[in-house]
Amino acid sequence: MSETREDCVIRVRNLVNAFGTQVIHDGVDLDVRRGEVIGIVGGSGTGKSVMLRTVVGLNRPVSGSIEVLGHDVLRMTDEERHDLETHWGVLFQDGALFSSLTVAQNIEVPLKEDLGLPERLMAEIAACKIGMVGLPGDAADKFPAQLSGGMRKRAGLARALALDPDILFLDEPTAGLDPIAAAAFDQLIKDLRQSLGLTVFLVTHDLDSLFAICDRVAVLVDKKIRVGTLEEHLQDDHPWIHSYFHGPRGRAAVAAETAARPAG
Amino acid sequence: MAAPATILASDDGGALVLRAEGEWLVSSAAELDRRLNQMELPQGRQVTVDLSGVDRLDSTGALLLLRTEHALAERGNHVALENLRPRFAPLLDQVRSRGLAEPVPHPFPAHHTLVGFVARIGQVTLVLLSRLYDILGFTGLVTATILKLIRHPRRLRLTATLVQMELVGVNALPIVGLLSFLIGVVMAYQGADQLRRFGAEIYTVNLLGVSILRELGVLLSAIIIAGRSGSAFTAQIGTMQVNEEIDAMRTLGLDPIEVLVLPRLFGLALTLPLIVFYADFMGLLGGALMSWVVLEISPPSFLEQLRGAITEGTLWVGVVKAPFFAAIIAQIGCYEGLNVTRSAESVGKLTTQSVVESIFFVIVTDAAFSIVFSVLKV
Repeated sequence: MSETREDCVIRVRNLVNAFGTQVIHDGVDLDVRRGEVIGIVGGSGTGKSVMLRTVVGLNRPVSGSIEVLGHDVLRMTDEERHDLETHWGVLFQDGALFSSLTVAQNIEVPLKEDLGLPERLMAEIAACKIGMVGLPGDAADKFPAQLSGGMRKRAGLARALALDPDILFLDEPTAGLDPIAAAAFDQLIKDLRQSLGLTVFLVTHDLDSLFAICDRVAVLVDKKIRVGTLEEHLQDDHPWIHSYFHGPRGRAAVAAETAARPAG
Repeated sequence: MAAPATILASDDGGALVLRAEGEWLVSSAAELDRRLNQMELPQGRQVTVDLSGVDRLDSTGALLLLRTEHALAERGNHVALENLRPRFAPLLDQVRSRGLAEPVPHPFPAHHTLVGFVARIGQVTLVLLSRLYDILGFTGLVTATILKLIRHPRRLRLTATLVQMELVGVNALPIVGLLSFLIGVVMAYQGADQLRRFGAEIYTVNLLGVSILRELGVLLSAIIIAGRSGSAFTAQIGTMQVNEEIDAMRTLGLDPIEVLVLPRLFGLALTLPLIVFYADFMGLLGGALMSWVVLEISPPSFLEQLRGAITEGTLWVGVVKAPFFAAIIAQIGCYEGLNVTRSAESVGKLTTQSVVESIFFVIVTDAAFSIVFSVLKV
């Protein structure tokens, strides 16, 4: 193991996940370092989202151990868990905003928990997050149903960022967005990661996102995980990984990235 | 533990120095906010905010800093933020460039004022009227589709209609039967209790016969079916609407009214009269049993008394309403289902609405029937 415990914010060892007789993960190890953006990719049904849900404790694995910020997620008291939950933010696929609350009220939900903030300050913080994720100010009083898909994702991100978490979990953040909105979202993650010092755990299908923002990529194949930089994966001759990164879309994304690199 | 966040002011004659220290995090924001709000702000001076003591900073802390800077600048002070640790600079820039929006004040709910209250009553009334109008329009559309179907009878979906008859009719028999039986038991018991005071227990049978056959059997069946099948219609069609199945149907040249609404309408209109007959029977059975137990009226004498109390017409007065109620339940159920927008939330909302509306219209129609029958002296 190359990493020491300190730089590792997420540490997964020998994880086994199964639904009935169908084994999804069979002995997966994964280390996520502080401050990096790690992309989780894999074909449909390889358990990318299951991986995310397992790490944040929404899905109980068959066996294995998971440590997040030094806490054992599978064996923790309710208080430890509550405390840990203020250190991460999760953005679900369609934002998962509470439909009966406005955007501002959604962002205030995590703030209302035992911080004792006055109403006025909560409204200011909500307005601040709304601005930071690039939503117009008048989005604050709108209900989720009145927003477009891209705006809902931004609002979901604002809620995930409400407590300034250390780790941000993103489940397919660019799925269903048009290419311009998707690129803007990638840029937003990049900016926020730089300014807030976030560690980002990104489940995605989007090759452009991978190339644009990920430091390392974890590929789920054959019920195991292969972690490496993009360059390493481009060399990998595993058939699925090869066709994933060298398929027409993969090549286009590589070309776009190489073209952008000298400029950016 | 690191030092708690504080802000200290020191005045060295020329410039006012504010020293920010500790952890400027959301967890200490409540205390910081209180202190910053209490701080007396100078006017037209040179103010230096010394940030060298800030150990940690998050976006809420940055917001509080920048808010203070903004408030100072507004009073004509020259503000300088100094000695910020370089690693916090991107965060401060990010919040400064994008996160410094005034919160939009929550609008005061308009209907909490007197005028707003009256306006709201008017608004709701208009919504109700327009919905009534829409339902009438839908009835017209369904009627027109039925007329088309008469010209091309082969387009009737026979299988779908039979499936609906099973779902709304046969499968509802246990619950309708049980509830009617129990209502018969309750009626007999209560009726016997009151009538015994006048020594007229035997008229319990008349009470049972008339009330169950004319009103209770049909009304009870219609309400159970509205709750059971009307809601199912809305939920099924609504879910299809959410999945864009209805739109897919239209692009394939299928008429949703013909494919979805008419089988449900015909299925219910054909089975509800039968369900009502069955409910009448079960209700009388419950009543007869209770009369036997409480009043010792034996089943043969119950039948004898019943024959004197009711005529064939009494049964028909009840059963004849069933197809009308069926049409109301099926049409409102389907109409609300087709009204679902593309959100899962609206399926739930409209399903509730469909049950409330169908029960409302069933009872209103029942009242109208009573008036008509009394005029006709049936």
